[in-house]
Amino acid sequence: MSEVLVVIDHADGEVKKPTYELLTIARRLGEPSAVFFGSPDQGDAVAEKVKKYGAEKVYVVDDAQIKGYLVAPKAEALQQLAEKSSPAAILLPSTFENKEVAGRLAIKLGSGLITDAVDVAEGGVTTQSVFAGNYTVQAKVTQGTPIITVKPNSAAPEEAAGAGAVEAFAATVSDVAKTAQIVATQPRQSTGRPELTEAAIVVSGGRGTGGNFESVEGFADSLGAAVGASRAAVDSGWMPHAFQVGQTGKTVSPQLYVANGISGAIQHRAGMQTSKTIVAVNKDPEAPIFELVDFGVVGDLHTVLPAATDKVKERKG
Amino acid sequence: MNIVVCVKYVPDATADRKFEDDYTVDRVGVDGLLSELDEYAVEQALQFREKREGEDIEITALTVGPEKAVDAVRKALQMGADKGVHVVDDAIAGSDYIATSLVLAKAIEKVGADLVVCGMASTDASGSVVPAMLAERLGMPQVTLASVIESQGDQVRIKRDNEGSTEVIGATLPIVLSVTDQSGEARYPSFKGIMAAKKKPLETFSLSDLGVDAGQVGLSVAWSQVEDTTERPPRTAGEIVTDEDGSGADALVGFLASKKFI
Ligand SMILES: Cc1cc2nc3c(=O)[nH]c(=O)nc-3n(C[C@H](O)[C@H](O)[C@H](O)COP(=O)(O)OP(=O)(O)OC[C@H]3O[C@@H](n4cnc5c(N)ncnc54)[C@H](O)[C@@H]3O)c2cc1C
Ligand SMILES: Nc1ncnc2c1ncn2[C@@H]1O[C@H](COP(=O)(O)O)[C@@H](O)[C@H]1O
Repeated sequence: MSEVLVVIDHADGEVKKPTYELLTIARRLGEPSAVFFGSPDQGDAVAEKVKKYGAEKVYVVDDAQIKGYLVAPKAEALQQLAEKSSPAAILLPSTFENKEVAGRLAIKLGSGLITDAVDVAEGGVTTQSVFAGNYTVQAKVTQGTPIITVKPNSAAPEEAAGAGAVEAFAATVSDVAKTAQIVATQPRQSTGRPELTEAAIVVSGGRGTGGNFESVEGFADSLGAAVGASRAAVDSGWMPHAFQVGQTGKTVSPQLYVANGISGAIQHRAGMQTSKTIVAVNKDPEAPIFELVDFGVVGDLHTVLPAATDKVKERKG
Repeated sequence: MNIVVCVKYVPDATADRKFEDDYTVDRVGVDGLLSELDEYAVEQALQFREKREGEDIEITALTVGPEKAVDAVRKALQMGADKGVHVVDDAIAGSDYIATSLVLAKAIEKVGADLVVCGMASTDASGSVVPAMLAERLGMPQVTLASVIESQGDQVRIKRDNEGSTEVIGATLPIVLSVTDQSGEARYPSFKGIMAAKKKPLETFSLSDLGVDAGQVGLSVAWSQVEDTTERPPRTAGEIVTDEDGSGADALVGFLASKKFI
């Protein structure tokens, strides 16, 4: 069986959940080989984790020459890995950065590219959700090595024992790939809450919060949820951009999405319409968000949410 | 100095966007316009020039698309771009990212650019890949997803929000820059701008003008092919309750419990 390259999503060696989802999907297409861009000392620990989800090989690519520059070196390294391993497909977690890596790689390899898949079936047929979630599209790469970026929450991670054989891969990075330099990096402070794109439950607030996110955050915490925001809330400076859900923010696809004081504009829907269950709290019974919901409360979020928070806590004991 | 802004003509997001029978995006039956996210690109190109008084800077708005796509260029001219380039050719219809980026790159080479500015994503395809592909093809530094742009001489620095961090990226012109909707509201065309736009030069190129072989682009050679599209069934109407003296919270928590979220 051919190898399928799976780029590992991690933060300083801490493997993230989308990696396991990708490995699960990769097994439908061939034998997963995980690709770790990072410090070689972390290679073994990472391999231990990914082999539980079927990684037969783990390519450890020392990122000393890579991490100081934007996107281009990673694309070069993957090109070299692909030339060596002739994979049946290359899968990447669908982040902005990885989509750019995939774009450059597609040109280098002369291969077709599919971005933001929400599923990949045996045979490589992908499913995408487009036009703000109003359509689903089935597509397939028809030339070269399929390069597919896959959104978080696209599959339930399934364990499967893999060999997890670690192989160091020395990539050669050209001078042209080193022309956009990362001059400074400021890691985002952890909120202690689940990551927005990975969370099973997302509780969001919009302009209707009036800038006070306490009720939203309190309710989120009672459910163990991530906190999100509409662009109106971000533009008002109430929440950092990293929390924005929608077309120009994050796309989320949780089991449960709770929109509070959010009207439901098309650009917001684009980022949350594929959530399994949708709930809204809004003062205005005519708010378009109510067209989407499984359950809606017409009311003031500042009274409904604190009361609901207390009740959730009571039930949980 | 030459600045080329890539502007895409897209179906209006607030209209009923559809697919054609061949699964290409319906770009004719639905009202189109300049992709809102490319307005930010035009804006940043204009600001780049405004901050460099006394320098001779020409801004070209470039689009690849059907006849009507010229509207996207016109809007950019109204906002303040100096000239327009429209690449139109029947063979381009149905092109994917790879073919589109090829045609754009050839057009950019023909015009000549010290700075290429793109939007963060097109509002129809929303791939956010074309700017990276252009950098790859043109051999220019990729300086993408900028929320803040600063430049001095031939040095450019941007702020970029990544998944877990905010980064400062530095590069030397010529570059490919893409800007986000955090980079600052785009201006509206003034009445004067609208009148002036009518007299601005607008060139139309075919594939052969760019030296691109028709066999390299279009639906038939697409590197990926759509096999099916399905309209999402409308969500079945949910239960809506009106809060009265705390009844909303009760009902809400009851619903969440019934779905096992608590
Ligand atoms: C190119 C482009 C990209 C965009 N990208 C995004 C994006 O990524 N994400 C995004 O969210 N938006 C995006 N937008 C903006 C989008 O069009 C809307 O403007 C935005 O989503 C509105 O945010 P909102 O729902 O919080 O505010 P509003 O539309 O003002 O709605 C506020 C709602 O709160 C309700 N409300 C008020 N007070 C209360 C209260 N006390 N209790 C309960 N309810 C209350 C009101 O009834 C109203 O329905 C984009 C727009 C453009 C043009
Ligand atoms: N057909 C096109 N004509 C002009 N510019 C385009 C075209 N397609 C993409 N672009 C540019 O590339 C950016 C990203 O597009 P995309 O990768 O499709 O999301 C857009 O914001 C435009 O600036």
